[in-house]
Amino acid sequence: MCQVGEDYAEPASEEPPPRQPGREQKCVKCKEGLPVVVIRAGDAFCRDCFKAFYIHKFRAVLGKNRLIFPGEKVLLAWSGGPSSSSMVWQVLEGLSRESAKRLRFVPGIVCIDEGAACGLSPEARAKTLAEMKLILQTVGFPWHVVALEEVFDLPPSVLRCFAQEPVETEGAYKAAVDSFLQQQHVLGAEGAGDSPSLAQGEEQLSWPCTQDPQNPQSPDRPPTAAQTEALSRLFDSVKTLTAKEELLQALRTHLILHVARTHGYSKVMTGDSCTRLAIKLMTSLALGRGAFLAWDTGFSDERHGDVVVVRPMREHTLKEVAFYNHLFAVPSVFTPALDTKAPEKASIHRLMEAFMLRLQDQFPSTVSTVYRTSEKLVKAPRDGCAASPPGPRCLLCMCALDIDTAGLCLPSPGCSEEGIGEWVLGFSSPLVPSAPLYLQTVPRLLGLRLPCICPRRSPPPHRPLHPAVLQGWGGCRAAVGGPGPVRGAALLSQGGPPSLRHRAAVLRLPREHEGLALPGPPATLHLGRGPAPQPEGLHRAADPGVPG
Amino acid sequence: PPRSAPPATRRAPPPPPALGPRAVCGACFCAAFEAEVLHTVVAGRLLPPGAVVAVGASGGKDSTVLAHVLQVLAPRLGISLRLVAVDEGIGGYRDAALAAVRRQAARWELPLTVVAYADLFGGWTMDAVARSTAGSGRSRACCTFCGVLRRRALEEGARLVGATHIVTGHNADDMAETVLMNFLRGDAARLARGGGLGSPGEGGALPRCRPLQLASQKEVVLYAHFRRLDYFSEECVYAPEAFRGHARHLLKLLEAARPSAVLDLVHSAERLALAPAARPPAPGACALLDGLNRGRPRLAIGKGRRGLDEAGPPRDGEPERAPAPEAVPAF
Repeated sequence: MCQVGEDYAEPASEEPPPRQPGREQKCVKCKEGLPVVVIRAGDAFCRDCFKAFYIHKFRAVLGKNRLIFPGEKVLLAWSGGPSSSSMVWQVLEGLSRESAKRLRFVPGIVCIDEGAACGLSPEARAKTLAEMKLILQTVGFPWHVVALEEVFDLPPSVLRCFAQEPVETEGAYKAAVDSFLQQQHVLGAEGAGDSPSLAQGEEQLSWPCTQDPQNPQSPDRPPTAAQTEALSRLFDSVKTLTAKEELLQALRTHLILHVARTHGYSKVMTGDSCTRLAIKLMTSLALGRGAFLAWDTGFSDERHGDVVVVRPMREHTLKEVAFYNHLFAVPSVFTPALDTKAPEKASIHRLMEAFMLRLQDQFPSTVSTVYRTSEKLVKAPRDGCAASPPGPRCLLCMCALDIDTAGLCLPSPGCSEEGIGEWVLGFSSPLVPSAPLYLQTVPRLLGLRLPCICPRRSPPPHRPLHPAVLQGWGGCRAAVGGPGPVRGAALLSQGGPPSLRHRAAVLRLPREHEGLALPGPPATLHLGRGPAPQPEGLHRAADPGVPG
Repeated sequence: PPRSAPPATRRAPPPPPALGPRAVCGACFCAAFEAEVLHTVVAGRLLPPGAVVAVGASGGKDSTVLAHVLQVLAPRLGISLRLVAVDEGIGGYRDAALAAVRRQAARWELPLTVVAYADLFGGWTMDAVARSTAGSGRSRACCTFCGVLRRRALEEGARLVGATHIVTGHNADDMAETVLMNFLRGDAARLARGGGLGSPGEGGALPRCRPLQLASQKEVVLYAHFRRLDYFSEECVYAPEAFRGHARHLLKLLEAARPSAVLDLVHSAERLALAPAARPPAPGACALLDGLNRGRPRLAIGKGRRGLDEAGPPRDGEPERAPAPEAVPAF
């Protein structure tokens, strides 16, 4: 089906072998140019039409969703990979067009150095960083390079979900655009003739000077060896690749959120392509995240409240991205990921990716079919009542818990540690001694008495859930859904494993906090199949009201 | 598509995931399994006392185990059972399976009613449907027909015996495969419908449920082994063509990598939130039969799928890439 471009060494203008003998070899769109790439089955495009098609799709996705307001600060999450690089390039080009069609937001770029989690040597990391900086300087937006080790510096407020106004109505968007255009008009057409990458003539777009793109946190300070060591230890302690992958995603998200909040960005754009999102949907399904698919794979993800994550590349297939990048020389940097070179069966993510791509070979509409179905998913509140106060949220992925907290009870003495399965961190997993502080602090301040979901074979003793009284950390109180006594259940990760009948969950507390470098013994959040382990250290909890 | 392995041998089999890594003997396992099913039925209020329950009996392991367990639990639940078997008219397969059902009915002393497609649907057996839908180079899609027709046939059979509820033997693996398959094929209608422990019975249909829904396939097989149940274990002759095979293969891979994947998928399916009625409901038996009788069997199937194909407009001489067939469990 797609012989064109399979061999990247060939020049782009070479005519592809005809799809059927005797067929006209012209672009299907303009009917004139020589086709260089085949999109979908049988649609051959010439170079210019392909470019127009690609760019149009990008702008159409942004335009029809109407979430990005003129003048808004938008943080582009760039991993160096082809999709996010293409996205950055689209933004760059989109900002440089003539004023009528110009993109209207203020971009910045964030790049997370995940080398420590992937086991890269410092030299390799430095080399990659140098390559990235070159590109960042070419692009010219303000940029922030952050090492993953900085999760250890995150404050617990990262996990707050700031209550947000409901999405602006259609009228408000249009009004905002109109007023923006009027202001532009008043200022004159200064911006039109400027250099392509900047719109410095416009005062509304308050960019810092691009010659000095560093943020005040001086990202040139490399992470300390101790932090790198701590991060390695954290990832080593997670047993399965699936769990590591989920942990990495959670930490990455928290870090990006923090950067966005610190520098006043209200939107984050990620470069997830159609292919990646289809795979992600199926993976999430297999991990038990059926309740959250709309947030995980939809255009906008507003679970964090004040910062909204959008996915403008979601209608571009990986194939289109690859061709575009090749034909139009979009720079990207290859960095090994956590599962690079891992065998196919190593994790759910890898399995699903391999399966989907193989199935796509046989049924070429697989990816687009899954994508179309994902568009029908809605962000339903758990019990269908939008007016009810938001329920407790997962510590890690910030989604409202989808497990039934009604039947929770307190852990009974004598619970043994048997039956601990391996769980993906998205739902639960042992957070080991080296867990980042912000993930431990929240439980410590909140999680005094911990609920235990007893396994399905032994019905729970049905003791009433004892509310734990917060000891004064307002942010965490918001994190678990509003003021008032907080249920320990809030801390449980959301119910990736099925209903409460199947699992036991206990959150254990650290005995002490020693600071960043070497936090104390485990704040473990785990779900196992057997009865819950006896929580330790509870006697140190500050809440006297909890039954022993 | 791969099928479940035959039961293990003499030594204690590896404990199924449901019980965790504790070792149990056969008797305790069976007791736990029965307790599990009881809990599912009671907690979900699936079968109230006094219910007359039609058990969809195919002769296979799932319905055999289901019937056996329900028989054990019947006194406690206060229900009475009737076996309903469906004869789809698949030569060389269904006749042997029906023989197994008759043996079971005799052993359990339960009344058995057999309903045949040929009688219900104007002479259309599955073999006839398969012949009708066989096209040039296209896959047959007969599994789609069979699933829908069987659902209707079961309904008819249940009414014949005066049942108030219908139960089928779908296990967790079936449900997991179904949700995977429905996403891969973009079947939003079925996704929106399925997922819970049972349907209350839309539009006058009898309420249905799946008491084995939380039991994994391994557990079902082991239970049948320990209780020495006699069942028919060959796959349908049309099964190799079914799209469900892909989903089953994927499920086996996922389960090997992460044993909880099966139940996680069931959990996911229960909590999907789809836009209400964005698509018309899946075509029912009448629509399918209509297509068959008119000599245009793909009439009802094609409509639902057309918008999802990204194959572009069909070209001359190129076989249209028809939707792959599926084996839909009738529920």
